[in-house]
Amino acid sequence: MKIKKDDFALNYTNSHGGEKMSDEELKTIKRMARKNSRKMDGWGWAFVICNTIFLIGFTIITLYPVWNTVAYSFNDGLDALRGGIYFWPRKFSTESYVKVLNIQGFLVGAKITVLRTVLGTLTSLIANALLAFVISRKRFLFRSSLSLFWVITMYVNGGLIPVMLLFRYLHLTGTFWVYIVPGMISAFNVMVLRTYMEDLPDELEESAQLDGAGYITIFIKIISPLCKPVYATIALFVAVWQWNSWFDAMLYNRMKTEYTTLQYELMKLLNSVTQTSGSANGNNTTTAAKQVTPVSVRSAATVVTMVPIICIYPFLQRYFVTGLTIGGVKG
Amino acid sequence: MANEADQIVNTEEAAVENEINAEAETMETAAEAIAENVETVTEAAESTEGNAIDEAYEVENYAKEAYEHKSTLDDKQIKALSKKRISKGELKRQWILLLIGFIFVLYGLLFYYLPLGGWIMAFQNYKLKTGLLHSKFVGFDKFKFMFEFDVFEWGMETTGNFFKAMKIWIDKVVFVRTIRNTIGMGILNLVTTFIMAIVFAILLNEVRNKLGKRLVQTISYLPHFLSWIIVCGIVHDSLSSTGIVNDILRLFHIVDDSYNFFAHPAWFWPIVAFANVWKETGWNAIIYLAAITAIDPSLYEAAEIDGAGRWGKIRYITLPSIAPTIVILLVMNIGNLLNCGFEVQYLLGNGLVQDVSQTIDIYVLNWGVGQMDYSLGTAAGIFKSLVAILLIVIFNTVAKKMGQESLF
Repeated sequence: MKIKKDDFALNYTNSHGGEKMSDEELKTIKRMARKNSRKMDGWGWAFVICNTIFLIGFTIITLYPVWNTVAYSFNDGLDALRGGIYFWPRKFSTESYVKVLNIQGFLVGAKITVLRTVLGTLTSLIANALLAFVISRKRFLFRSSLSLFWVITMYVNGGLIPVMLLFRYLHLTGTFWVYIVPGMISAFNVMVLRTYMEDLPDELEESAQLDGAGYITIFIKIISPLCKPVYATIALFVAVWQWNSWFDAMLYNRMKTEYTTLQYELMKLLNSVTQTSGSANGNNTTTAAKQVTPVSVRSAATVVTMVPIICIYPFLQRYFVTGLTIGGVKG
Repeated sequence: MANEADQIVNTEEAAVENEINAEAETMETAAEAIAENVETVTEAAESTEGNAIDEAYEVENYAKEAYEHKSTLDDKQIKALSKKRISKGELKRQWILLLIGFIFVLYGLLFYYLPLGGWIMAFQNYKLKTGLLHSKFVGFDKFKFMFEFDVFEWGMETTGNFFKAMKIWIDKVVFVRTIRNTIGMGILNLVTTFIMAIVFAILLNEVRNKLGKRLVQTISYLPHFLSWIIVCGIVHDSLSSTGIVNDILRLFHIVDDSYNFFAHPAWFWPIVAFANVWKETGWNAIIYLAAITAIDPSLYEAAEIDGAGRWGKIRYITLPSIAPTIVILLVMNIGNLLNCGFEVQYLLGNGLVQDVSQTIDIYVLNWGVGQMDYSLGTAAGIFKSLVAILLIVIFNTVAKKMGQESLF
């Protein structure tokens, strides 16, 4: 005889003298039902297997190129030119790293990049948080107009040339400050912070005001400690952006080698290959051989540039997940 | 007996009536008193600015109360009251907010709005020497130079077919070609990254093993944190003659000699799209995963009881539940459609594929910075901005019409 789910439930209640089921019992029944539904037929298994294969493939495609770069970077320079290195270096050598660290521009670039990342993140975080705090005050007079003022900047901008000329007039070009000052405020980040601050209960502010606290005190002592997770998110966003920037270095500080950045130096290294491989088609191999940076040195430079971020990001996961969810859906 | 009973009822009724009347009277007087109070409090608030906060709150409450009791105060007076509240005590209390806001407005005007004034350059023959004020105005000459409409007209005359004329126009005029490349690559990137992110999020959500799920997700974020320089370097190395892709192709004898992907224009757009997918899939999936976890599990249970399998649950529960997220992200990203056409194309492009690799931003860079023709660079930038805004507005209205969430 086939027992239906309903029969089963009925029997179950009857066995307890026809009383109503308690929560515990309901839970067990639900669990059993779920277990039942999870019992997979052939298609279910096929799906799980295909899905696993897909995700493993995805992971390999994501990870392999990075791993391969690391393998190349630890290989002997001349040997690496032959290619064919996949997971492990064929001829182990740390010589490429020594070479990279001896490139003058690379050291300067590293210093400037660290400096701009630290300083830029700090100033940007403070500025964005302050602005978001002002916009998120519900009793602030120009709340909506100030908000609109910044939202517009998200969609309309002057474009490359007017901005470049403006920086030239302001004498920002050719200085370190061009990395810090213009990008200090990002309307998107402000909106993320604002949304988070608006969700905090109003009573916090009101009670602090009754105790005689001014807005600055409220910002520092009450709002900021509660905003730590979203601050971490924004700091991460800004830090990654600062670390990875290269275009501003190329555009504004091309001539100023003392303000070069790590990514720009890396680009010069990598690009010397791209360009020569283009000209190699014109049988210009002699110059190509001279200019090509050995693949192992390029790999070592790439590894040096990406290691700091790769080491940090897994620990900040929960922060950027929350930040993105706020900004992405409500922004 | 009956009379007596009647009387009792009557007196009771009278008593109730009296009570009601009395209540109404007291209510009226109370309302009046409140109204009076409001006036005195307002005066008080006006006279003493120092401790206006509490009084302002009181005034607000009184005004509300009075309004609810339909007292002598009408809407206008209440509005006037609340305005007065803001103008005096609040101003003094908010000075610090006003100051900070003002500083940021100055900053925004300088770095975001002032460059908009530079748009004048597009209508001038701008020279650094003469500056913005004394350069010669040339009207729409720069735009005409960019678009070369006469080529299109010539095409129309000779072929008489709109599409053929368009083709000639795109083939012959660099800027028109860059528009095609920008929009084409923009749409291709948008569609592929969107689909991949959604598919990845849904498939990852189906994984029951928590550790595996976390591991895959953590790894999937990784490329987002790498700069485009590194990503393009990796893509370039993978596709080079000694790279992994050519090794695999040779292994399966698909090609005998290594294939140079960067020498064939047909490969450029797919390579750019792949680079984008590789870099951003995991990152973009974060929002969808969050949206999927927010779905009420009872919906799935109900679907199970109705006999829905895995596919059914994805089709009828998961996808409709994350549809609003998809739409709003789509609208947000439409504005960036034209912006995603710079770094990859600049870093991966070369002379052999420049017909399909050049985008508006690269055009601006070549002419504005390389050739120092600031006016032309600005004109191209303006065109890009206008198209971006147009796209946002169009998609926003479409999303609204479809009954989905929208930006504004």
